[in-house]
Amino acid sequence: MNVLIYLVPMALLLGLTGLAGFLWSLKSGQYDDLDGAALRILPDDDIEN
Amino acid sequence: MAETLDLSMFVERGAAGASHMTLAVEGVACAGCIRKIENGLTKLPGVIDARINFTQRRLAVDWRDDEIDAAGIIKAIEGIGYQAHPFAPERVEADDSAQAKWLLKCLAVAGFAAMNVMLLSISVWAGNVSDMTQETRDLFHWLSALIALPAAAYAGQPFFRSALRALRARQLNMDVPISLGVVLALALSVFETATHAAHAYFDSAIMLLFFLLCGRYLDLAMRRKTRVFAGNLASLKAEFAHRLEASGELTQVPVAALNPGDRVLVRPGERIPADGAILGGTSEIDESLVTGETLPRAVGAGTTVYAGSINVTGALTLRVTAAGAGTLVEEVERLLDKAIAAKSQTVRLADRAAQFYAPVVHATAALTAIGWLIAGASLHDSIVIAIAVLIITCPCALALAIPAVQVVAAGSLFRGGVILNGGNAIERLAEVDTIVFDKTGTLTLPDPGVDETTDINPDILERAARLALSSRHPLAAALARRARERIPYSGAVEEPGQGVRAVIDGEEARLGSAKFCGPAVPEQPMAARDSTASFITFARGGKTATFAIRQVLRPDAIAVAKALMARGLHLIVLSGDRPAAVAPVANELGIGDCRAGLKPAEKIAVIYALRAQGRRVLMVGDGLNDAPALAAAHASLSPVTAAHLTQAHADALFLGDHLKPVLRAVVVARRARSLMKQNLALAVIYNALAVPVAIAGLVTPLIAAVAMSGSSMLVTLNALRARLAADGDLVPAAVDRLPSPDSNRNAMSAAAASLSSVPFPKLAAKATPRPLVEDISA
Repeated sequence: MNVLIYLVPMALLLGLTGLAGFLWSLKSGQYDDLDGAALRILPDDDIEN
Repeated sequence: MAETLDLSMFVERGAAGASHMTLAVEGVACAGCIRKIENGLTKLPGVIDARINFTQRRLAVDWRDDEIDAAGIIKAIEGIGYQAHPFAPERVEADDSAQAKWLLKCLAVAGFAAMNVMLLSISVWAGNVSDMTQETRDLFHWLSALIALPAAAYAGQPFFRSALRALRARQLNMDVPISLGVVLALALSVFETATHAAHAYFDSAIMLLFFLLCGRYLDLAMRRKTRVFAGNLASLKAEFAHRLEASGELTQVPVAALNPGDRVLVRPGERIPADGAILGGTSEIDESLVTGETLPRAVGAGTTVYAGSINVTGALTLRVTAAGAGTLVEEVERLLDKAIAAKSQTVRLADRAAQFYAPVVHATAALTAIGWLIAGASLHDSIVIAIAVLIITCPCALALAIPAVQVVAAGSLFRGGVILNGGNAIERLAEVDTIVFDKTGTLTLPDPGVDETTDINPDILERAARLALSSRHPLAAALARRARERIPYSGAVEEPGQGVRAVIDGEEARLGSAKFCGPAVPEQPMAARDSTASFITFARGGKTATFAIRQVLRPDAIAVAKALMARGLHLIVLSGDRPAAVAPVANELGIGDCRAGLKPAEKIAVIYALRAQGRRVLMVGDGLNDAPALAAAHASLSPVTAAHLTQAHADALFLGDHLKPVLRAVVVARRARSLMKQNLALAVIYNALAVPVAIAGLVTPLIAAVAMSGSSMLVTLNALRARLAADGDLVPAAVDRLPSPDSNRNAMSAAAASLSSVPFPKLAAKATPRPLVEDISA
């Protein structure tokens, strides 16, 4: 069972990374306009010919 | 006349001339609209940033003051093809948004902890029936404690704080047993872990928090959605006044910026922006929004007038006053205060359940411990079993049972054009057995329309309606709404107080009073026998037509009245209008019980009398005179066109030209209430099954986890039925034409259409009234 010594911390670290990512995205306002985000990907005027 | 526009109350000033403003935008429907507005604005000199929040239909603009101003930005948006209305952000909304973020953070932390603790717990459950060593199990339990304790301390705050508040006020709410259950479960688990026991309840405690936070967040999200929408509506409705400055100049200011003592100019066809006394000018004013009376009243210097009245004929100058003693507004406010003070506080279903539930649960746990002690169990075992009882009865399902139904029902009402002001309105709407309607603006449309009972030649109507587009007179405005082609005739001339004339296809046409249309026109033959209508005459090429303009019923009023009566509701009409105008409306709807000519005090007296008979009254009204009755009634509804004070006292607002939302509100609320009761029953059944198992000492963490998540899902799924049921079985399909406000856009347009004659500042000099955004019957 010695494998647990690094498996458990790794699992926790991965989970914490996900949590940190979510909190960052919340803080940077990515959930303020969910409907708008779905539409903003449609126009392709950012592509240069 | 050049008139400056003062929007300073909407603009936030930053450092170095940087300014910020939020606007509600109408008609944004697709990705193209977002791009057009954002690109169009950022191209302007001085604009730093423009960003649309599509979910909220709002636009945030930042600019530098020295290059462009707020009015210039609104004009630019108009140039791009959209209507934008400046928006004064409310504090409630900002608070809500902060609260939502906080709940979401708690939810994320609880979710993370629940998943990781469950990972460890399942290993322990599996290990307990196979070959796990005690050391490994202890390690897993300590790891669980490491994750669960900080997570619960953070994510449990919404419940702990609310429970403490309730306890300080010497009350019990649902958060008290929740907090107690979570804290005890964690404490017990730590103790068990330290003594190398086989069971720990970390997963139960944290999962409970996760489920409950989901419910809290959804509840808040629904409330935020309706509040944002109501905020947009308010800015759409925001009215502007022409203020006469000391220098004699005219400034357009938002009505909210008017102060007592200001002098205001009100042109014909405009709404009177504030209560005041007339300084100069004579006119007739339509006070139907104030008193329900549909006949215009003649006013002159010295007369007191009320906000919301429409100035019909001549320009008026008035001095804004605070409501003085003896005025109608003062009487209404006095009645309102009394009504609010006398209003019996209805205890909400959830709180009633909590007050009953918490003592029972805590007594059961205590009795269990005592029982086991008497039966000879050790102190440790007795306490462990008692705490297991508390954990299993932790009101997870109970705390979700009612909010879940409320969220689903509020969403269903929102789609049906009903905007709730508060959460417990649903319960009160469901208990209603009598509905009292106001007439003017509630059963009838807020604006008068063309009477269609007589035959009208469609060609003549179209010409007359197009000619009416060039007039500001309210009668002409009613006719103008019928124009299919919304382009005014060029060269149309309005002669104030008489009518409009223009040359159409080579022949002169006139629209206005019979006298104005020429000596050949007979003096309104219908007027003698019909006192409820006003008449407007159209003449062209020797032919004349007279249109009757009157209050018309909402298009589905008859069907809705029938459907309401079929559901066992008693309908009553109480109106401030003359009996001659009220009786025909009540007759047409088949409502026998109707009273006319009532003053606000008499309306409220009728409500009290009904209440004394044990009836629960739903009051539906829009006038200022209805406000006290709305506050006194068990539940209340207002159309969105209602006076400001009246809206503030209604439980819910409804949108559009139809009366159907009233029916929908009652049907959805009744359905929701029965589902709430079902859910409470489900929670009781769950407890009846689980508690004996817990008392017997047979509850393991595995059983607790399965029982809690199972019961939560059951009540949530049951709540979803509020939505399935709400969308069918209302009224016959023929009247089922409510503009489906499935998206904000449609609802906004419907609202905009019903908010006619809102004088928005015209930045360019235009001869025509602003056309309605969209005719909802189109």
